[in-house]
Parts: sequence; C-alpha cells; structure tokens
Amino acid sequence: MRVGAFEAFGLVVRRELCLSFRRPDQLLQPLVFFLIVTTLFPLGLSLQLSLLRDMAPGVLWVAALLSSLLSLDSLFKSDADDGTLEQLALCGQGLTVIVVAKTFAHWLVTGAALVLVSPVVGTALGIPGAAFATMLLSLGLGTLTLSWLGAIGAGLTVGLKRGNVLLSLIVLPLAMPLLIFGAGATDRAISGTSAVGALYFLAALCVFTCTLAPFAATVALRITLE
Amino acid sequence: MNMAADGLSVEKVHVWRGDRHVLRGVSLSLGPRQLLHVSGPNGTGKTTLLRVVCGLLRPEQGQVSWRGHSISSARSEYQATLAYASHEPALKGDLTALENLRFAVGLKRRVTADELRSALQRTGVAACADLPARVLSAGQRRRVAMARVLAMSASLWLLDEPFTNLDAAGSDVMSSLLQSHVAGGGSALVVAHHELTVECDMRRMELA
Repeated sequence: MRVGAFEAFGLVVRRELCLSFRRPDQLLQPLVFFLIVTTLFPLGLSLQLSLLRDMAPGVLWVAALLSSLLSLDSLFKSDADDGTLEQLALCGQGLTVIVVAKTFAHWLVTGAALVLVSPVVGTALGIPGAAFATMLLSLGLGTLTLSWLGAIGAGLTVGLKRGNVLLSLIVLPLAMPLLIFGAGATDRAISGTSAVGALYFLAALCVFTCTLAPFAATVALRITLE
Repeated sequence: MNMAADGLSVEKVHVWRGDRHVLRGVSLSLGPRQLLHVSGPNGTGKTTLLRVVCGLLRPEQGQVSWRGHSISSARSEYQATLAYASHEPALKGDLTALENLRFAVGLKRRVTADELRSALQRTGVAACADLPARVLSAGQRRRVAMARVLAMSASLWLLDEPFTNLDAAGSDVMSSLLQSHVAGGGSALVVAHHELTVECDMRRMELA
C-alpha cells in the first residue's frame, strides 16, 4: 500500500529530528554561536544600557542570520555524501515533499530553537519585556523565511566541495529584507511605536518563500543530483 | 517488442557528461521473470545507465519506458515500483540498521518492524538490527542495503555491484534472493563485474 504525502512528510521530519538528536554537538552549535556572538557585543561596547538597547535589534538579527547559516550547509550535503539523498529522491513521493520536510525539520532544530533562547539574549541586551512578543514573532517569521532561502542555496551548492562560502554569498543578499524589517519591527517595539507594518511585511515574505522556495529548491537539487 | 508493455524498455539512450559521450545509443528490454546482467570495463557507463533507468539522470536522447509509459510522464509512480541499490550502501551511520530501513522503506509502503526484521534475517544481519550502521562492517552494510531492497517489495530491482564486499556466504544469499525475486515475477537489472550464478531467465549485456 502506498504512503500518502503527509505521512511521508511526517516520516522524513521524524528521520531528521532523530538524526539531529543523535548528534547533540551539531544541534547545539548554532545556538551556542548565537549566544556567544550576542554576548560579545556588550563586552566590546561600553556598558551604557541606552547604547546597547539601541543596537540590540541589529545585533540580535545579524547573529540570528549568521547562526542559521552555520547549519544550512549540511541540510542536503550529509545525505548527498552518503547516498541516502538518492534513496530519498527515489522513494516515489516526489522530491518536493522531501525538500519541504527536510527544510521544516531544519527550521525546528535551528530557527525555532533560536527563537526560544532569544528572550535570554534579549534580556542581556536590555530589550524591555514589552517588546518580547514582537521580537519572538519577527524572529520566528524571519528564521522560517531564511530556512527556505537557505534550502535553495543548499540545493544549488550541495555538489560542491567547499560550498558553504558560496552558500553564504547566495543567501545573505536575499536575506537583507529580512534584516531590515526584522530589526525594524523589534526596534519599533522597543521604542513603543507600532511594529505592525514591518511584521506584515515579514509575514508576506514568509508566505512568499514558503510557497515558491520548495519548487526552486527541488529544481536546484534535481540539477545537482544529475 | 511485446516486453515493453509489461516491463522495462530503454531505447537508444545517449548521455554526455561534459565532453564525454558516456552512453552511445544503449537499448535494452527487460520483462517480468527476467534478469539482465550488465557488465563491462570501468568507465563504460554502467552506473550512468542505472541512474538513467531509475530516473535520476535524464538522457539527452532516447527514452526509458516502464509498462508502456515513458518514465518522465509518471516519474513518482514509476519510482514507487522500483528498488535501487547504489554502489555505496546509502545508510545513515547514526541510525540503527532497523531505523535506516524504516525511514527508507516506510516512504515507499506501509511496513511493520517485524517485516523489516525478517528482511534483515533473510540477508543474515538480524543481529545487527539495533546497532548503529557506523559500527557495521562493509559487508554487513551491504547486507543491510540488500534487506532494504528486499523490504521494498518492488517489482523492478536495479542493483549496482551488489556483490561488493560480500563473503562467499553473502554472495550465495544475494544470488538466492535474486533468484526468488525473478521467480516471483520480478525483473532485475544487475551491474556486476563477475559472473552471476543465478538460475533463471538471465541475459547478458556488455557495455563497451
């Protein structure tokens, strides 16, 4: 009996989570990187809380982008290296289901985890509690969008030996709108003005990439599989 | 060409890799209850042929069809009916043999842990079921990969050098699995360097 697409999606997500939790060091690396980078700023700058608070949204977002990038390289590469990607591609479900499931699982262990620790970092950077809801929402939307953009880049660079520099060069320019609106939303929330406009923009970007990036990433991956 | 209607047919397939003309008009046909043994020196495109047949690689010219339909028109349906074993075992080192099977076979069809264990039993690696694949020897990994092919209960087997790293007993197991697959109405396309000792309707094709 054939397996439905949703069931296949669930199975691949379980596979990815299972693999991530077998390698806790790789799971924690982006999170620790995020924590360390954001801690470096208060140490490097003067200890004026007002200055820190002004810079906090930018620091938070740049660190989040970079730490998400760290793990993107391995999104398809480890499967391509050991041949399991071919097995996944031949499972009869269509490559898009696999790409969507793998990217979603990747977001769960990097983006979503980063969102969960961001209040700690936010507190350290002096972001007031009232701005936390906006910060969490914008980071959630932003990291999900970034995972999708990253999936396209990872699909394109999976066949290359040292693909991760190229991957950053592909993904970071595309991530600029995220940085602008993400940091903008958090900044507005800190200053007490309405961040709704920026959040809508982030949500639109997120929907846009969620709907189109799976197909682009599938095509990219299919080309490199050949 | 009555075989084309119920089996696999490859017609005049050409593949270039960069400037190299790897496959030069390869044609073959394979019906149910048949085994095709593809051999040839290194670099003659045996693996490329297998990748074309399973739909991973699109040929520049020529056509592959399965049961009368071109595979590019119904790729997913076609791929659901085949089991491909590449020359590497394609196992995740961090997952146990059983988990490797569950995640690979479970995408093709609903399968129970008992079915998977019995597949591992038939290839002689039942004792390795709960060990991470990275601690297994090369031969054991090959046997686990074979159990995956078996558990997929696919009608078309595409095997790339399935005898690599296998000991004498392992080769015998492999041969008897191929034999029972073909006797049960399946088709198999096997790329192998050495002679196959499988008692069935076997043809041989030499790539040069």
